[in-house]
Amino acid sequence: MSVWQGQLVKIDDYHWQIPQSYKSGMRVPGLIYATEAMLASICREQTPEQVVNVAFLPGIVKFSLAMPDIHWGYGFPIGGVAAMDLDSGVISPGGVGYDINCGVRLLRTTLYESEVRLRINQLINELYNNVPSGLGSEGRMKMSQKDLQELMVEGAQWVVRRGLGCKEDLEATEDGGCLKGADSGKISDRAIKRGMPQVGTLGSGNHFLEIQVVKEIFDHHASNIMGINEIGQVLILIHTGSRGFGHQICTDHLRVMEETISRYGIKLPDRQLACAPINSREGKDYLAAMACAANYAWANRQCIAHWTRESFSKVFGKDPEELGIKQVYDVAHNIAKIEEHEIDGHRIKVCVHRKGATRAFPPGHKDIPQYYREIGQPVLIPGDMGRCSFIAVGTQKAMEESFGSTCHGAGRMLSRSAARRSMKGRDVLQELQDKGITVKARDIPSLAEEASQAYKDVSEVIDVVHQSGIAKKVAMAVPIGVIKG
Amino acid sequence: MESTFDIIDHTADVGIIVYGADFKQLVSNAAVALFTLITDVENIERKLKHHIEINSENKDDLLVEWLNELIYLFDAEHLLFNRFDIDKLDNNQLKAVCFGEKFNSSRHRIKMGVKAATYHMLEVSGDSGGYKARVIFDI
Repeated sequence: MSVWQGQLVKIDDYHWQIPQSYKSGMRVPGLIYATEAMLASICREQTPEQVVNVAFLPGIVKFSLAMPDIHWGYGFPIGGVAAMDLDSGVISPGGVGYDINCGVRLLRTTLYESEVRLRINQLINELYNNVPSGLGSEGRMKMSQKDLQELMVEGAQWVVRRGLGCKEDLEATEDGGCLKGADSGKISDRAIKRGMPQVGTLGSGNHFLEIQVVKEIFDHHASNIMGINEIGQVLILIHTGSRGFGHQICTDHLRVMEETISRYGIKLPDRQLACAPINSREGKDYLAAMACAANYAWANRQCIAHWTRESFSKVFGKDPEELGIKQVYDVAHNIAKIEEHEIDGHRIKVCVHRKGATRAFPPGHKDIPQYYREIGQPVLIPGDMGRCSFIAVGTQKAMEESFGSTCHGAGRMLSRSAARRSMKGRDVLQELQDKGITVKARDIPSLAEEASQAYKDVSEVIDVVHQSGIAKKVAMAVPIGVIKG
Repeated sequence: MESTFDIIDHTADVGIIVYGADFKQLVSNAAVALFTLITDVENIERKLKHHIEINSENKDDLLVEWLNELIYLFDAEHLLFNRFDIDKLDNNQLKAVCFGEKFNSSRHRIKMGVKAATYHMLEVSGDSGGYKARVIFDI
């Protein structure tokens, strides 16, 4: 792929604008959050052209935004954020992604690094046995079709009702783990068939379950409110999404929108941006189906969190309460939400697409739990398995500038085969072990594809969002144990 | 046998460039390429056959939907195939018989969880001299 040669105007050290005049058909300018150094790799991939393409979508307001972890995606770039006016705008499945509500859940414990390291092998084995992962793995939840239809409407609440977890988990989940508007009547038999056996499974690829240790605290006040009090404290991070269920929903609705787009007179520079007016039947159907997948993903992470607690409980011979295992928060990274934002002095309802981006609501926002209103919504940003992850909070600046959104992770830098080549002759498991990270994975050759050097350094990404003010960093944690599918 | 496809592996993308003397062969070769990404196709035994029928608007959509059907069968029913007999094919309809078996963790290694065939950078071209297509997968 050739280097992108388009027009980028420097606004300041962290904001780069693609003027609306760059291409006829753009309805708004593009805005990329990055340092000058990061732009080289961003432009190497033609990714800014995808930011431009998104600016063509009807009803887009203010900017086509790109977070600093932006990379090439299908239709929308990964790290893309776009808000559409509810009356004149469109909804695009490509602006959410295939893995609907791929996201992360963070649990804290009152355990410390040394006591967990003593039993790390036992713990990793127990987690590996308790949390189904990898391709072809089937969940421990025995679901009927009716069960799944209830689950996709109720989300994590359905799982808690079954005794896996507690209502505090739901309070500490974006949207309470249940996105409104889900309609199981909009789900194909194929999505149901793919979804039924996969409830409560981690999956494969970049999904993981990590045991982490707090390494640095930047904002003690905010971290204390999250129950993260000291260096060395053990955390658990779960990263997974809606599995084959979400993928099938995306595939089904992209196909419908592909067929109907010409009827709405919408012309697009990329087929994968297929969309429909938010108010059209196709648009409403997708939003109702997407909500089902979002709920599936929250239910999925709820099951996994419960089995994680059980695994810790078994290994330490204490109940989860005694181990202080509490949920800090759960956020979606791939989702579209109807939200109210202030645009040109008016509060209007928009449909915010976040594809590889995290909601980052500010202090005082009504949609975040009471106990976080003082500090803002927790934002969870995983890095790669050999480096670190960050915890941040949402800000007023994010609300004003980026529709209450910020980055979501590191972003891939090497292809899978290039990552394997870079590890050739090296033992990825041993190298991680030497860094103090115990890893258990279903498929060891695939593990090399997820090696650190395949990803951008998440620290650079978080610095951009922190410096530009669209999130505020709170703490950093490093992995000591990893389960990969 | 001459190589009938190339694997594209570009940062976050994985895909195939596939060739065929005619569209029929291209469709069959694309399916072999898909299962080559997923597993070691030589380890798939032809124990069962499965009929597939796809109806679509044009060649491009037909190819994407064919691959998505195979991905669905893999993900939902854990079926792996390595031979595809295309019985009927025009611009709007495809009828095929696929030969393979159910995934067995003791014999099959799953290399990659292919989740969907996308329209992203999709290209299908050809004439009497031969066919070529590019398909990118979500994994």
